[in-house]
Amino acid sequence: MSALQHQHDRKTGEVWERLAMVTDPELDEPVTELGFVEQVSVDHDDRVEIVFRLPTYWCSANFAFLMADDMRRAVSSLPWVREARPQLRDHMVADEINKGVREGMSFGDALKGFAAGGSLDELREKFRRKAFERRQEVMILALRGLGYEDPAICRMNLGTFDAITFGSEDVARQKPRYRELLVERRLADHPADPAFVTFDGAPIKRHEMVSYLQRLRGVRINMEFNSSLCRGLLAVRYRELDGDRAQQAAAPCGGCGSGCAVRSVGSPAMDKHSSALA
Amino acid sequence: MFITPSGEEVFVIDGHTHFWDGSPANQLNVHGKQFIDCFYAYHTSLSPKDRLWPKEQFEKYSADQMYHDLFVDGPDDMAVVQSTYLTEFYKNGFNTIDRNAEMAKKYKDRFIVNGAFDPRDGEKALEYIHYMRETFGIKGVKLYTAEWKGDSRGWKLTDPNAYRCLELCQKLGIINIHVHKGPTIIPLDKDAFDVHDVDHAATDFQGLNFIIEHCGLPRLDDFCWIAVQETNVYGGLAVALPFIHGRPRYFAEVISELLFWVGEDKILFGSDYAIWTPRWLVEKFWNFELPEDLKQEHGVDLTPEAKRKILGLNAARLYGVDIEAQKAKLAQQVRATAAE
Repeated sequence: MSALQHQHDRKTGEVWERLAMVTDPELDEPVTELGFVEQVSVDHDDRVEIVFRLPTYWCSANFAFLMADDMRRAVSSLPWVREARPQLRDHMVADEINKGVREGMSFGDALKGFAAGGSLDELREKFRRKAFERRQEVMILALRGLGYEDPAICRMNLGTFDAITFGSEDVARQKPRYRELLVERRLADHPADPAFVTFDGAPIKRHEMVSYLQRLRGVRINMEFNSSLCRGLLAVRYRELDGDRAQQAAAPCGGCGSGCAVRSVGSPAMDKHSSALA
Repeated sequence: MFITPSGEEVFVIDGHTHFWDGSPANQLNVHGKQFIDCFYAYHTSLSPKDRLWPKEQFEKYSADQMYHDLFVDGPDDMAVVQSTYLTEFYKNGFNTIDRNAEMAKKYKDRFIVNGAFDPRDGEKALEYIHYMRETFGIKGVKLYTAEWKGDSRGWKLTDPNAYRCLELCQKLGIINIHVHKGPTIIPLDKDAFDVHDVDHAATDFQGLNFIIEHCGLPRLDDFCWIAVQETNVYGGLAVALPFIHGRPRYFAEVISELLFWVGEDKILFGSDYAIWTPRWLVEKFWNFELPEDLKQEHGVDLTPEAKRKILGLNAARLYGVDIEAQKAKLAQQVRATAAE
């Protein structure tokens, strides 16, 4: 492998690492794990293109915009990156989103033609809260599973929390993610700080734990609904991709949106797609 | 009729079915294609493998096929067939009331045909409600608040024009208002399927029943909260129920929440045909038992009595179906067909 090639691969790897830090706000899972990111390419001028697709053509435009914008920010934070260009494919407002993110427009301006309007900050905050609560529920239930009583959980500090080892893979994965939000939101920082507080920083009183958990469960049920639907729908979309291409190519579809734009080999849309990947 | 393993009869009203034409010939644009593709993805990702349909059949199926899937192979005794226009996506609409009524005419006493209106049509919407009531005698409508129209990407039940339509419905006896509040298929604005508008409308129209299709998922908590406050708010199980196959534990959690907050008298079965077919759904639902930990935690149970209510009794109450009389009519028909 040439030194140049090696350096190129390293850069591509760094981009993937950054992308792994971007989550789907509705699902609280990294976009890379969800399989949304299809292709990363770095050209000789250190401009990065990230091609991504969502489970359906109809996925919420606001979430699509958020993810594209988060990808741009995350990748741009690499010192060598000259420009990061997320390219959403096969989506009802792909063009508007790609242009908007590229030009640093607000969501409201980017999708003005669709009367969407509004800033996304509120939405971002709302989903930050949901992510926090979902991660927190995992930790509280895991602690209960280890035999911790509610009062002990309510008064547990960060130092104690850090020292606990969890057996379950999912819990072990969520632990640093929960902690990361505690620190990011300045809810807990020092070992003596309580590890379990509300998203607004209020203590969770032990007699309120049952109703508090009931609410967290509601948050989780909603997110899981989205999550399993999205995964299922994405799997179907990719399965179509992997399907019999020859047969698909015979289908009369060219230049249209989703599946067929990618599937139908030789269609104008496919050429466009391929060249974008090249 | 569903016959339980122990031989009891359970009367089934399928609260949510469609007779659509999503075929390429009827598609007006890429949105029409993407819309039916998305439905097909739902079908594919949540159905058991042996219940999968070929794409072409899914895009457009015959009336006979529907009859067979619901009433012959399937356990339905009656079905509510909903109307969804989507005229911006489909040349002749996706499933208009005319198409539905034409189909239903062939199969006496089987279908309850519901209409639809779009309050953004203003006066025309009011005229259309009159037309549907006079022509088809509708008792219910299905509303799709996220439907595109011109530059608009959705509407709310609380819009002044919507209130005028609801007033008219109440006056004419169109009392069952099914509202699609479900997965975000077409919301371009912040949250076109947000459920809060139901709260206000349900308070202001006590003579109407609001059946929230898909239970507002993924806004189940909001929906539950509203259903607790409002006695005339119901939950339709379409989309939630298919999880019983691939993710039974998840379904158990959802139905526990619903039983706890909304109660067994206010939950309605719906297959969402042709996204899913009713036979496997009803069979699995009847055989389903809540895990012990959820029973304990919520203090609820999915008893056979609760299942009967959800599968048919609740919808019968809403639509004024006399089950014994209906059974007799259907039995008569079966005898007549057999004699032919």
